[in-house]
Amino acid sequence: MAEVRIDLVSKAFGTIQAVEDLSLTVADGEFVVLLGPTGAGKTTTLRLVAGLEKPDHGRISIGGRDVTGLPPAERDVAFVFQQYSLYPHLSVYENLAFPLRSPTRRVPEDQIKATVTRIATMLRIAHKLENRATRLSGGEMQRVAIGRALVRRPSIYLMDEPLSSLDAKLRGELRLELKRIQVELGVTILYVTHDQIEAMTMASRVGVMEEGRLVQVGTPREIYENPATVYVATRLGQPAINLVPPSVLPQVATPPGTATIGARTEHLDIRRADGGTGTGIVARIEHLGDQNHLHLDVAGHHLVTLTESDIALDVGDRVNLDVRGALFFGADGRRIAA
Amino acid sequence: MSGLTQAHSVVAPSTASRRISGAIVIVYAIITMLPLLWIFATGFKSQSDAIAYPPKVFADPSLQGYVNLFTTRSRQTPEYMASLPPPETWYDELVRKQNMVIVGPSKFGARFMNSLIIGFGSTFLAVFLGTLAAYAFSRFRIPLADDLMFFILSTRMMPPIAVAIPIYLMYRELGLSDTRLGMIILYTAVNVSLAVWLLKGFIDEIPREYEEAAMIDGYTRLQAFRKVVLPQAATGIAATAIFCLIFAWNEYAFAVLLTSGEAQTAPPFIPIIIGEGGMDWPAVAAGTTLFLIPIVVFTVLLRKHLLRGITFGAVRK
Repeated sequence: MAEVRIDLVSKAFGTIQAVEDLSLTVADGEFVVLLGPTGAGKTTTLRLVAGLEKPDHGRISIGGRDVTGLPPAERDVAFVFQQYSLYPHLSVYENLAFPLRSPTRRVPEDQIKATVTRIATMLRIAHKLENRATRLSGGEMQRVAIGRALVRRPSIYLMDEPLSSLDAKLRGELRLELKRIQVELGVTILYVTHDQIEAMTMASRVGVMEEGRLVQVGTPREIYENPATVYVATRLGQPAINLVPPSVLPQVATPPGTATIGARTEHLDIRRADGGTGTGIVARIEHLGDQNHLHLDVAGHHLVTLTESDIALDVGDRVNLDVRGALFFGADGRRIAA
Repeated sequence: MSGLTQAHSVVAPSTASRRISGAIVIVYAIITMLPLLWIFATGFKSQSDAIAYPPKVFADPSLQGYVNLFTTRSRQTPEYMASLPPPETWYDELVRKQNMVIVGPSKFGARFMNSLIIGFGSTFLAVFLGTLAAYAFSRFRIPLADDLMFFILSTRMMPPIAVAIPIYLMYRELGLSDTRLGMIILYTAVNVSLAVWLLKGFIDEIPREYEEAAMIDGYTRLQAFRKVVLPQAATGIAATAIFCLIFAWNEYAFAVLLTSGEAQTAPPFIPIIIGEGGMDWPAVAAGTTLFLIPIVVFTVLLRKHLLRGITFGAVRK
């Protein structure tokens, strides 16, 4: 394990600037998640660290060693691809043993067997070792893909949306498992996802990416509570943060220059208004089971908030909104202190 | 909807359409296979049965054709025949019944060996070069790649025989006329374009992530190519090899033009097997039958790959 430093790295594909002046340090033993939508440059960043792409500018070092010009094999990294990329012509065992059998490593066969068995047991795929890699379920394939990285102890594990092609239940299970393994083994991981729950639950730190740039880096809590821009604020929170102009919520005292108020569920307090005096109208109620999504119509703007499932409100009811601790953003999208 | 409405699949063919298509396949199979069966049968007829009119569908089986194919014989006087010791082998006996003696082996064995060496040699070379070129075209950014691919294809835009005279003159100058090496080079050159195009399609279908994963795991590109790409391209390579072998094995025009002695392959040799008083049809049929065997064996061995290979890429897995 080692510290990984990315210094002002840029990469363009033709006229498309995939990554621009990106700097990030992943400390030893840290779990850093790059969060952003498709096309934000997350995967390119990962491929740059792996050596699958060469940066146009900038420098990448792993454990203090400059690896910018080195081929992937000499960087001591492991990569988990989004599409599993298990070798279809090999068995599960051979897939897991493949990195250890590389000519640069020359691990003795009995040691390979021990390692593969240990990792397979940890990932609960030990009973599938003799199967063809293609004869597995999606969850099992993904475990093998993760296992193929874990059989080695590289400086850093690079993971590109490894859970994205799984169903929700499996994703939840593997998320916990991955975090447990990371803590247990104390490994360094740079992880790419567009799933905010993965970012929130697994990351030591989250880096939010927008159009090739790293907009904000911080702990999940910092990113959630203190987003630097509107863009970052919209990446986290379920339901998504409500963004409205100040005129919609005149009861809120806004600092000068405020163009947008960002109000999350926990910032909103909703009370039924008696006698038709309220500023909002309940437009729709979505029952989620334990909670409800409450859709409000406030001065022509649409707001969504979470409520208890037993709330005594019906569609068409008028409500009053109290706003506490909302976020304020200027016309350029930057955060303005309250 | 009435109660009589029957559920039927819109995907599975109906019984009637299955029967009709089955009948068409059977008729077509008979038409294609009849000449082959006739050749096979003729190989086991006597000379007179083979040219009988009306044709004899069933004749007394005889191995005369096969004996004639592998031997050269000479006719002797009855006095000489009587002076010989009793025949030692069954084929000696067969030949002597026609007042002839075996004077030596024919050239068929050598011609057949030429066909094997040239056919399999050029197939191996074409597939080997084709795989490497196809991989390069598939994975690397090559300047003018599309133009180069078109150029490679363009070598097949006219029948190879159109350049027969220049090749004949060139080969004479280079001393490649009537050599196995010359024929291997020629067939490789014709086949390599087919191999590059076919194999590029197959290799394009193999996701790059496989090699990238291998390269991150400590393999060089060449090692990743060998361990990851080649096994997965095996299907395509097998299919390509069959196409290349079929061409090289059956090629007639260049073989007639460029080989006459040492390097002559079986196709120009078989039709000119002359017996007494004209073509020795049973021997020609016997030679043709034997000539079919290697390609049938090769195709059957690779059949599983061939079927998968031809339809490969039609459906994304």
